[in-house]
Amino acid sequence: MNGPPPSAFPIFDGSKRAETDALTLVGLTVAYRSRGRDREVLQDISLRIKRGEAYGLVGESGCGKSTAALAILRYLPRNGRVKSGKISIAGHDIASMNADALRHMRANAVSMVYQDPGRALNPSLTIARQVSEAFELAGASVNEALEHTIDILRRVRISSPERVMESYPHQLSGGMQQRVVIAMALACNPALLILDEPTTGLDATVEAEVLDLIAQLREELGTAVLFISHNLAVIGRMCDRVGVLYAGKLVEEGTTRDVFARPRHPYTVGLLRCLPTTGRSKDTGRLDTIPGSLPLPGSVTQGCIYAQRCKLADDRCHRDAPPPYRVPAAHGDQMARCHYHERAIDLPRATPEVLRAAVDRTDAPLALRAENLSKTFHVGGESLRAVHDVSLELKLGETLGLVGESGSGKTTLAKLLLGLLSPDAGGSIELDGAALPARVTNRNDEQVKSLQIVFQNPDSALNRAHSVRRLIARSLSKLGALRGAAKEARLQSLTAAVRLPERYLSSRTRQLSGGLKQRVAIARAFAGDPRVVVCDEPTSALDVSVQAAILNLLADLQRERGVSYVFISHDLHVVRYLSDRIAVLYLGRLMEIGRATDVFDGPHHPYTEALLSSIPEIVDEPQARERIRLSGELPSAANPPSGCVFHTRCPRKIGAICEQQEPPYAHAADGHRIRCHIPVAELKRLQKPE
Amino acid sequence: MSTATVSPAPHKAPRFERSKALLRSPTFVAGVLILLFWVACALIGHWVVPQDPYASDPLNSLTPPDATHWFGTDQLGRDVFARVIVGARDILTIAPLATLLGTLAGTAVGLIVGYFDGWVDNVIGRLIDAVLALPLVIVALLALAAVGASNVTVILVIGITFTPITARTVRAAVFAERNLDYVLAAQLRGENAFYIMFAEILPNVLQPIIVEATVRLGYAIFAVATLSFLGFGIQPPSADWGLALSECYTLMAGGAWWTVVFDAAAIASLVVGVNLVADGIQGVLDR
Repeated sequence: MNGPPPSAFPIFDGSKRAETDALTLVGLTVAYRSRGRDREVLQDISLRIKRGEAYGLVGESGCGKSTAALAILRYLPRNGRVKSGKISIAGHDIASMNADALRHMRANAVSMVYQDPGRALNPSLTIARQVSEAFELAGASVNEALEHTIDILRRVRISSPERVMESYPHQLSGGMQQRVVIAMALACNPALLILDEPTTGLDATVEAEVLDLIAQLREELGTAVLFISHNLAVIGRMCDRVGVLYAGKLVEEGTTRDVFARPRHPYTVGLLRCLPTTGRSKDTGRLDTIPGSLPLPGSVTQGCIYAQRCKLADDRCHRDAPPPYRVPAAHGDQMARCHYHERAIDLPRATPEVLRAAVDRTDAPLALRAENLSKTFHVGGESLRAVHDVSLELKLGETLGLVGESGSGKTTLAKLLLGLLSPDAGGSIELDGAALPARVTNRNDEQVKSLQIVFQNPDSALNRAHSVRRLIARSLSKLGALRGAAKEARLQSLTAAVRLPERYLSSRTRQLSGGLKQRVAIARAFAGDPRVVVCDEPTSALDVSVQAAILNLLADLQRERGVSYVFISHDLHVVRYLSDRIAVLYLGRLMEIGRATDVFDGPHHPYTEALLSSIPEIVDEPQARERIRLSGELPSAANPPSGCVFHTRCPRKIGAICEQQEPPYAHAADGHRIRCHIPVAELKRLQKPE
Repeated sequence: MSTATVSPAPHKAPRFERSKALLRSPTFVAGVLILLFWVACALIGHWVVPQDPYASDPLNSLTPPDATHWFGTDQLGRDVFARVIVGARDILTIAPLATLLGTLAGTAVGLIVGYFDGWVDNVIGRLIDAVLALPLVIVALLALAAVGASNVTVILVIGITFTPITARTVRAAVFAERNLDYVLAAQLRGENAFYIMFAEILPNVLQPIIVEATVRLGYAIFAVATLSFLGFGIQPPSADWGLALSECYTLMAGGAWWTVVFDAAAIASLVVGVNLVADGIQGVLDR
């Protein structure tokens, strides 16, 4: 790279010439060669990121988001190449760079932060060594580099940089690791920072912290950011402008506010409608979905790439590919590749909403009751209490949402209920009023089939050696005690109920998309007409449009069959959508339990309050609610804090009582219990939005 | 994120793809050709060879290779060429059967140890480690000396000594599988341990088992030849190569190289052929 390194505060440069754009893509087309054919995974992408601007690239998996990032850095795998188009970073065309210039560019002008910080850091080097290396590459001496390292770690809000510098990556939490990675990325003072799903693997509370940090750093340093995410809400919170990628094409672009307020491409409209946003629940109606699936790269040669999934599409859409239509919008130009961009917002629903009257389940009989469940693991002489004295009830046909950060004991609790783990002495589980043996091996057939699970990751939960038919049929014969023709008939009706096309029955699971796999898992769980199904993050591995379809399916099945769910998720919107009641766990303890509306509307436990405030919303009203951030790390379950276990991180801690006494349950409303020393009326006053 | 949404269109059957890839692999094809040659010799060699491999002719003992005796004759005047061809029969029966025995037993032990973990693994796992620490050939020698050498005992002894080796490979593969959720799902369906081990886990650990078995076959051939050479393997009057080596290696000093070299080359080519096949399979399965 020639010329001086980019200024530290380019936002003040004021110059708007194209050469000073942080990133310019003109007609970028990238192809991967597989089986002797070029498949274009990015087609004719043009975009500009101005200095200091945050640009969000959003789209479902397989749309080409990561390929774009790799192409920009010239990191494409060996079978990938830029077929046409131009990429320039800070005015320098990267295609014309030789190896030295490219290395110089990567060391000085552009940085990338990947999704998984645990894999981006070298496990055998200390943080000090890894971060200072970035400075040494830029020409600093060893001692200078170490000093810079302390500065940059302070900059990413690490309170004790000296301690962190001596640590190895595995000794840090995920959030802390991501801060270190961001610090390394900032070390070269880049003109462009590429963030590829930087918070996807993190807990909601940590995600909020990292997003805050990125926003603050942008204000301080004025770095331009290319933010790649599948999460529309995160993009909405972080970015000035957004580009929507579909099957390798940029189908819509504009300022974030304009695009989210009035999307002009049916795909964007569909994506926004799929989200279970605030205030939506299974009782208010089904979520909209996007029919069909992503076309194979290069398979659509004529017309609009989205036409086969679009409810607005007509002959013209199937015949002529739409050019980028540019229209003025409230906050700047908006671009949409749709012939009918004016009508996109009126896109007919793909899934009928079906308004339903909320079912009153207050008088429903109890399906499952757990009393004083605890589980202690013994690891290397240390005893680790994953679940501590949890009691809860689940009515027939009701969904109980379990929320909490990772490590809060959600999955352990689910395994206790299912009988995959046996609880410590003193705990008991009842199914329909009768005591349930602790281990699944001691349960009778009726009890076994009554409690089933849908796992988070269908790749791991479905045996890859078996065909879909065998997976479901085995459950039918084992749980439903069906044979022969009766089994075949049930197989047909079950696959129809989970909307699994029959032609997939003979496939292996690896030939199925994520959504179809999860349908197989759901069919399997429902094979024996269960009473209670535990759903352990069933949609977290799925794209939003697929997630919407699965959530609709779960709600429909519940309505048809009166099954109860224990629904575990870190996504509070998803939990809210499906749950009638919600239980909040922290360090294995139940902090709050109550009707979903009560828990969400408050008064709530300070921990719940922090969880709620950490979720990014599509419609972000910055001043509407005070953001509450949890400081510090989740304490170890092997050595929980005294008194109220939450006192070490509680933003509303009132004093010594929190450290000394375990708080009792306070009754806030009918069936709504909060475990906090602060009186309910006081919580209500504190949490009321001004 | 990087897992692209797979198209719903059913793909080509991966098994078919794999066999095509195998046939494209030059190592695999070369290995199979060598193996096929020796298998053909073992099956029909007896009727094809120009001379009777067992007919001794003391007057023509130790004649060098010529037009009648292509590979010469041995100390009893038997035709070496015919004996090398026919000698494939015993070793190609014993070695695969021993491998099969070791693979089946090792798979069963590995599945049990890997699935049950805990004290089962601690006890049997340590036992396996202890057995693996013993030198294989010495153990086999002692065992055969104790029970007496015959084809059946050779199969048993080699099979049993291979069991812990295969078991260790299978155990490692099962360890990776048993933490997957499909095992929990099977438990939640009320499946017994036997079903989970053999119907759920086994199909997913077949690949390392197949690779291990092909590698073992190479070692088994070697082990049979070694034992025969030491007199504890295949017994006379078989035309076995290892046996021939042990009977004739002293004749090398007298210049009768042909009594030894062709048998040794036969053993080497068979082991190389098996290893080529093993390499080919491993290369395709690892992709």
